[in-house]
Amino acid sequence: MTRLFGEPVPRREDPRLLTGQGRYLDDLGQGALAAAFVRSPHAHAGIVDIDLSAAIDVEGLVAVYTWEDLPERVGAPLPLLIPHPALTHGRTAYPLARDVVRHVGEPVVMVVARDRYVAEDVCSLIRVDYEVRKPVVGVPEAAAGAHLVHEDVPGNVGAHLVQEVPAADGRSAAQAVEDAPHRLTFRLGIERSASMPLEGRGVYARWDADDRSLRVYSSTQTSTSVRMALAARFGLPLPSVEVIAPDVGGGFGVKIVHPWPEEVLVPWAAMLLGREVKWAEDRREHFVSSAHERAQEQTVRVGFDDEGRVLGLDVTILHDHGAYTPYGIIVPIITSTQLLGPYRIGAYRVEFSSLYTNTVQVTPYRGAGRPQGVFCMERTMDRIAAHLGLDRTTVRAANFIQPGEFPYDQGLIFQDGRPLIYDSGNYPESLRLLKELIGWDDFPARRAEAAREGRRLGIGIGCYVEGTGVGPYEGGHVQVTSDGRVHVSTGLTSQGQGHETVFAQIAATELGVPLERVSVVTGDTRRFGYAVGTFASRAAVMSGNAIALACRKVREKALRIAADALEADPGDLEVADGVVRVAGSPGASIPLATVAVLANPLRYAFDEETGRATQFAAGAGMDRPPVDEGEEPGLEGRDYYSPIRSTYASGMHAAIVETDPDTAEIRILRYAVVHDCGKLINPMIVEGQIHGGVAQGVGGALYERMVYDGHGQLLNASFMDFLMPYATEIPLIETAHLETPSPLNPLGIKGAGEAGVIPVSAVIASAIEDAEGIVIDRMPISPSELFDLRRAPAPG
Amino acid sequence: MKPPPFDYHAPRDLGEALAALAEAGPDGKVLAGGQSLIPLLNMRLAAPARLIDINRVAGLDTLSAGPEGVRAGALARHARVERSAEAAAVQPLLRRALRLVAHPVIRNRGTVVGSLVHADPAAELPAVLALLGGSVRLAAAGGAERDVPAAEFFTGPMESAVRPGELAVSAFFPALPPGSGVSFRELARRHGDYALAGVAVLVTPAAARVACIGVGPVPIVVDVTEQAAAGDWAAAAQAVRERVEPEEDIHASADYRRHLAGVLAGQALRDAAREAETTGVRHHA
Ligand SMILES: Cc1cc2nc3c(=O)[nH]c(=O)nc-3n(C[C@H](O)[C@H](O)[C@H](O)COP(=O)(O)OP(=O)(O)OC[C@H]3O[C@@H](n4cnc5c(N)ncnc54)[C@H](O)[C@@H]3O)c2cc1C
Repeated sequence: MTRLFGEPVPRREDPRLLTGQGRYLDDLGQGALAAAFVRSPHAHAGIVDIDLSAAIDVEGLVAVYTWEDLPERVGAPLPLLIPHPALTHGRTAYPLARDVVRHVGEPVVMVVARDRYVAEDVCSLIRVDYEVRKPVVGVPEAAAGAHLVHEDVPGNVGAHLVQEVPAADGRSAAQAVEDAPHRLTFRLGIERSASMPLEGRGVYARWDADDRSLRVYSSTQTSTSVRMALAARFGLPLPSVEVIAPDVGGGFGVKIVHPWPEEVLVPWAAMLLGREVKWAEDRREHFVSSAHERAQEQTVRVGFDDEGRVLGLDVTILHDHGAYTPYGIIVPIITSTQLLGPYRIGAYRVEFSSLYTNTVQVTPYRGAGRPQGVFCMERTMDRIAAHLGLDRTTVRAANFIQPGEFPYDQGLIFQDGRPLIYDSGNYPESLRLLKELIGWDDFPARRAEAAREGRRLGIGIGCYVEGTGVGPYEGGHVQVTSDGRVHVSTGLTSQGQGHETVFAQIAATELGVPLERVSVVTGDTRRFGYAVGTFASRAAVMSGNAIALACRKVREKALRIAADALEADPGDLEVADGVVRVAGSPGASIPLATVAVLANPLRYAFDEETGRATQFAAGAGMDRPPVDEGEEPGLEGRDYYSPIRSTYASGMHAAIVETDPDTAEIRILRYAVVHDCGKLINPMIVEGQIHGGVAQGVGGALYERMVYDGHGQLLNASFMDFLMPYATEIPLIETAHLETPSPLNPLGIKGAGEAGVIPVSAVIASAIEDAEGIVIDRMPISPSELFDLRRAPAPG
Repeated sequence: MKPPPFDYHAPRDLGEALAALAEAGPDGKVLAGGQSLIPLLNMRLAAPARLIDINRVAGLDTLSAGPEGVRAGALARHARVERSAEAAAVQPLLRRALRLVAHPVIRNRGTVVGSLVHADPAAELPAVLALLGGSVRLAAAGGAERDVPAAEFFTGPMESAVRPGELAVSAFFPALPPGSGVSFRELARRHGDYALAGVAVLVTPAAARVACIGVGPVPIVVDVTEQAAAGDWAAAAQAVRERVEPEEDIHASADYRRHLAGVLAGQALRDAAREAETTGVRHHA
């Protein structure tokens, strides 16, 4: 049997992507008209007048649109994608601003022109008269509520949610904290960052007037859902709209939001003008008009016993949601539920308020609220350890859920609306592996040795549990054609994760065919129309299992047909190298290609091979119809995977950092990861995902932040001043895998896409605190800030 | 991120280039490596009516190293100067500074002279020119060439002594005197970024100087001969701290930059003094 599942198969997409053969959005539609947008320069303002007179004569201008020009359905507010009862004041933007702008970068006018140069020239000539209003910037100002982002949202509170899991004896979390032998109260903060894919958003639309059909290419994480949204908005029959995600240069969450204003407007203009239209987002646009994440202020009250066991935990979160809530309150829900990590907590209460501000909207970015939750819990563990004078790993171990306790119900409702029940895991073993990998127990000696040379070292740790593979479902379609090739398609999209490789590994293993024969298509609604999308570390779990199930159907059918042809019992057959044979009798075999021919009885032949399946060919039984009852022609199968609930991956990271006593530079000397995502389909790809995630985590911990001034201007909207780390800033990442299979799905796998990023801020904060002996309660941290902290008077 | 319209000239010789610049006057801009100018155009922060692209002008692609020093023509790219063994032998500070300028791909196109004219207060090469007391040679149509000494060349942040219609044809970096040492130290947030603060240092048998970047409108040169003679590096660092005029920005506070300039100056002075002692007349980059 071909065992490709579990092997470090090199990524099949790499030769194409690494040699410039990828076809990204802006590589398509070279003859298309270009769109550009006049965007608000103000964080909060009324639109008084739009004057096009200076712009209208520019040569090459094709069309200009404001909100007034949009038909009712096209101009309606963008959908609130994930409603929630606690989101009492959900607000979304109009595709083009109507009367009011609520953040710098909000689109106000759309320009279509011969090319992007002309379109931008026109934008610079359009005069918009604004009546500037007081903007609300940052959590404290939003919480104060003196000024409002939306006039009809009192206190700027879009959502408010409390979840509470009382103690076993029924006491509230507040009471459990109160009754505990030790208590601590403190505040924590995390600043804004963003997904920042190297390829921005983009959309390219063609209207076929003869066929009355619309084809849209979008750099999206969900083509099926964009398709449904556009068909509904334009009143087109669903079969007349196709949406394709071409090669996508990264998503990291921002491209799961849809439809974006441009995703509505560009196809609409293409239909109206009868011309191809394209818009490719530039970097400045991405900074000010897509989405950000992370910013939260947290207040923690914790009560614990002498061993450091948490008896009560009470957390209040103020979540900065930016100007709109198109993706609902998924981010703070994830923060407040995943905060618990691998721990069994005596009693837990969490309360969050989602606050509007006049800044770019907040939607999930890789990790999606988990980094904040883990920062909160792990900083808490470190505080407990410091308070009790215990080793930080001892305190964590004292709180771990034990291997025998699964499935473990945390008593909360997760982001999929289902109970937060951990399916499997082995946290003590994970910690043991991590301590060994980083040399936790030898560190005091290493630190002392460095100190003798005048160097300052610290070690830090962070643990997390990640709900992955959320539903509702994904599907897979597998077709074996008469040339023996295997065509796999699934509806969710790819942004460079390696789906072409892992889905082919799954199909090749299940069907017993060589990898080279398998091709994979994702994110093309022409091939597969039912899908949800790529987010929440779900592609492998969801589509991987769906493809495996579809392959099993195909295999079963192939065996049935081959058994007939070989006059054997299906139970005696096996498939390997693309050939079905009778086990133990090598002569009796039939290639899958031939089975595919036999599966599709023909009237017309088109080559020698298919001639064998036509009606006068020998061998057809006259006592049965050519296609048996209950069968379908062709060797293909389709199946879906819909999980009862999410599956919970986990991991633990540790780092050794050095802080320079003179310059306050912070360097990561070692970074170690133990990761458990159940059965590994491809360990190399999992490691790659971890490396990329850790790199983004290092960005969030030490480099990246969105710097808004009091007027709501983003001061660092370029890669010159938004410090996304280069390869030179990323340490070597050492990884060890643990495989605790998920009992929830046929392949036993869990998601791995987001894992790497989740605990990094917590780990680095822990290590800096250890090196410096200064409490680190806000991230990211820069050398300049560390310098300031060193000189600040000690609290108390 | 597309530039506004402009007229484009690509002269083939110096006369043609100077004529085009004279005609354009204040509306003209020289395009050299484009590593600073093109981003400004794309972000529509600069909108010159005419671009005079000097990349095809014959005779500007020169680099010569002699006993007096190194002269780099207007088309000598960062990478070429960085890799030149002759230049490094005459003035090792050039190579050390250039390795801190951006990334290899940018150094392949960016020019030494362009970097001086651009006069970014955090750029390395202006500090090198200022520290060594070099000069920039300017030419204009119908006039004689003039050499502007470093002390007069940098007039403010992103401002130099180049007048409309003038082309900087070359820059001159004096040789390292015998028995001397140099050092460049800086701290950047990411590898290759403009520094938060940095120092170029020269220690000769007769003098010691520090040129600081990122802590003032132009490179700030501090004479620390006295403190160096006494071997009092702490006092030298203190002198630097007192002279610099840093400002706060989103990456660092003014206090931190001031502190950093002192720390880096102390470290670089030690490096340079050690080099002056140990290498004598022969220098290795
Ligand atoms: C990502 C990035 C990072 C960078 N990091 C650094 C860094 O760390 N340190 C650093 O020093 N630089 C850095 N740079 C800038 C780089 O060094 C530039 O190459 C340099 O500043 C300008 O040289 P240029 O030849 O590219 O000039 P251009 O961009 O072509 O021109 C710059 C300016 O100088 C004028 N000009 C150029 N040549 C002449 C001439 N001969 N006569 C008259 N006027 C002229 C132009 O009109 C323009 O105003 C960085 C650039 C980038 C893109």
